[in-house]
Amino acid sequence: MKNPVRASLLVTCLVDLFYPEIGVAIVKLLRRLGVAVDFPPGQTCCGLPLFNSGYHEEAARVARRMIPIFSGSEHVVVPSGSCAWMIKKEYPGLVGDDPAVGSQARTMAERTHELSQFLVKVLGVTRLETDFRGRVTYHDSCHLLRGLGESQSPRTLLGGLPGVELVELPGADECCGFGGSFSVRFPEVSTSILDKKIANIEKTGAGCVVACDAGCLMQMSGGLSRKGSPVKSLHLAQILSGSDPS
Amino acid sequence: MTASPRFGERAAVALKDAFLQEALEIATTKFIGLRKDSFAGFPEGEGLRDQARAIKEATLQKLDHYLEQVADNVERLGGHVHWAATAEEARETILGLCRDRGVKMAVKSKSMATEEIELNEALERAGVTPIETDLGEYIIQLAHEKPSHIIAPAIHKTKGQVADLFSRELNERFAADPEVLTAAARKELRQKFLQADMGITGANFAVADTGTVVLVTNEGNGRMVTSLPRIHVAVMGIEKVIPSMTDLMVFLAILARSATGQKLSVYTTLVRGPRRSGEVDGPEEFHLILMDNGRSRQIAGALREALYCLRCGACLNVCPVYRQIGGHAYGETYPGPIGILLTAMLKGDRAVKDLAHASSLCGACQEVCPVGIDIPRMLIALRHRLDRERIAPLGERLMFRIFGRVLASPALFRLGAALGRLAQRPFVRDGRLRSLPLLFGRWTRSRDLPPLARRTFSERWKDLA
Repeated sequence: MKNPVRASLLVTCLVDLFYPEIGVAIVKLLRRLGVAVDFPPGQTCCGLPLFNSGYHEEAARVARRMIPIFSGSEHVVVPSGSCAWMIKKEYPGLVGDDPAVGSQARTMAERTHELSQFLVKVLGVTRLETDFRGRVTYHDSCHLLRGLGESQSPRTLLGGLPGVELVELPGADECCGFGGSFSVRFPEVSTSILDKKIANIEKTGAGCVVACDAGCLMQMSGGLSRKGSPVKSLHLAQILSGSDPS
Repeated sequence: MTASPRFGERAAVALKDAFLQEALEIATTKFIGLRKDSFAGFPEGEGLRDQARAIKEATLQKLDHYLEQVADNVERLGGHVHWAATAEEARETILGLCRDRGVKMAVKSKSMATEEIELNEALERAGVTPIETDLGEYIIQLAHEKPSHIIAPAIHKTKGQVADLFSRELNERFAADPEVLTAAARKELRQKFLQADMGITGANFAVADTGTVVLVTNEGNGRMVTSLPRIHVAVMGIEKVIPSMTDLMVFLAILARSATGQKLSVYTTLVRGPRRSGEVDGPEEFHLILMDNGRSRQIAGALREALYCLRCGACLNVCPVYRQIGGHAYGETYPGPIGILLTAMLKGDRAVKDLAHASSLCGACQEVCPVGIDIPRMLIALRHRLDRERIAPLGERLMFRIFGRVLASPALFRLGAALGRLAQRPFVRDGRLRSLPLLFGRWTRSRDLPPLARRTFSERWKDLA
């Protein structure tokens, strides 16, 4: 038997604190695919909220802590386009000159994969089985789409599921209005952008909107729930891993 | 200048303006579709965008050389070149020309550079009547407003509002029909073109090796402004110079596509100095004002790429923030994502204390920019400067410092989560947080929040291991 693929889960702060069930779904999914998953202890956050608000020294401090935690990882799997973007695109610039972690940062950037990209591009998975049933629509997270240039992998995975009907979301590539601290700095504008997203989701008739980023999920579910909408918002991993009472 | 009312307050007002919401939704959706279709049928577009970006960068590397070259060539052709370090110098140059030449009326073609220096107000104070001749600019001049979009100044108005405005200002009842309204404006403006002593334009480009000033317009008014009055004054930011006519072709191929989805704008006007002997039309005098106004300061700075900007407005149309609030809410000459950078460039970082955060960093702006300006990255750099220069509020800076400490320490992170779980208890209803105090209320006012999970993933991992 050949050696299993080994992957470390970087669970992200939002999933760790608010959506642990997404983390559980990923572990189950990856194990089902024969991946040896580990969860290196001591993780907190990638530092993106600090970085995007301009607090770069603080973000660098967080990065310098996170990087050694994953120095022995073959692959680092991240269930978020924005956190994966931060590590792949910003870590090398942020701490690249640091003699202690600079080269590790570049290695980590290469070995880090957003979940859908890991499944499709590293593992070569396109068809999965799930007991999830129904019509779903997919929202492109900005950092996954424009930051990492990925629109296809999540659609491939969703489209390949028997029993799941994937309908295209009008304006799928438009921002949901989250934007991290933007959502509380300018709540009216953020919500107004969200209202448009929700109207588009409702147009599809889908029972569930799927995304690859907990930030977008927090924003979309927050709006859907406030409106009393029956539409659910789930992470891609939750659909792929199937029913899970968590 | 005193601080304007805060961005958030202006944005909130804009969100409640039903006319504005309707106008913005229709116009930006239309622009997005036109641009997309135009590039879809133009496979060489991507390569040209890369090329355009490279030309802009190479030009900035030798900006002094190209500026001197364009100045020499304009003068060789019989034109006059004026260097303006500031907005005030640019205004004074034009007012001086008006005084010396007895100018009473100036017709203007659409120009953001003249908006930047608030030229109309200065002309009026000096007793010169400015007449905007671009239809959109004409509308907002009648309404005593400012442009709310770089290329579509009256984008915030519905045709019904324009019909009401024309009916009131021109003393005649007009239908809300774009053709009727355009005809009315055309009739009003025709006489002004003939009366005016001076024509004032901006410039989309100035070609260094030929001394050609290039204007990209759609309505024909630009041609009238540059050829009928006896004096033509063009006001141009120094970053708009390009090396050669070959370079111009690259920009023309992508500018109109990005702006309006046109292959080319209806008119591309190439101005080379004043009327020469034997020519039947054109001005007796041609003046080119090369304006710095904060630009050269940025050449070596974090906002350098903003100097590539062609002012096509594509980033405004796709910006989720701009699409919701329109241009006026930004409170500055240049709205939208690029406008935030240009405002910082022209007026300093203090002017964008709020605006620097008026973006979700979704990246749609960079994606459509014909010269690939990395606007999100520069907004982040700007935010970084606001902290470094202590322009960001002290409370915010402290909060992020503490936040940074917490995220850098697993122990503090765990402690924070435990405290949060305790604190949220009284607020959880049906597994949701619907109303929270303090800063969190800014979220829950319009959205629910999931509560912190009873056990974090880190705590659950040992069950999975």
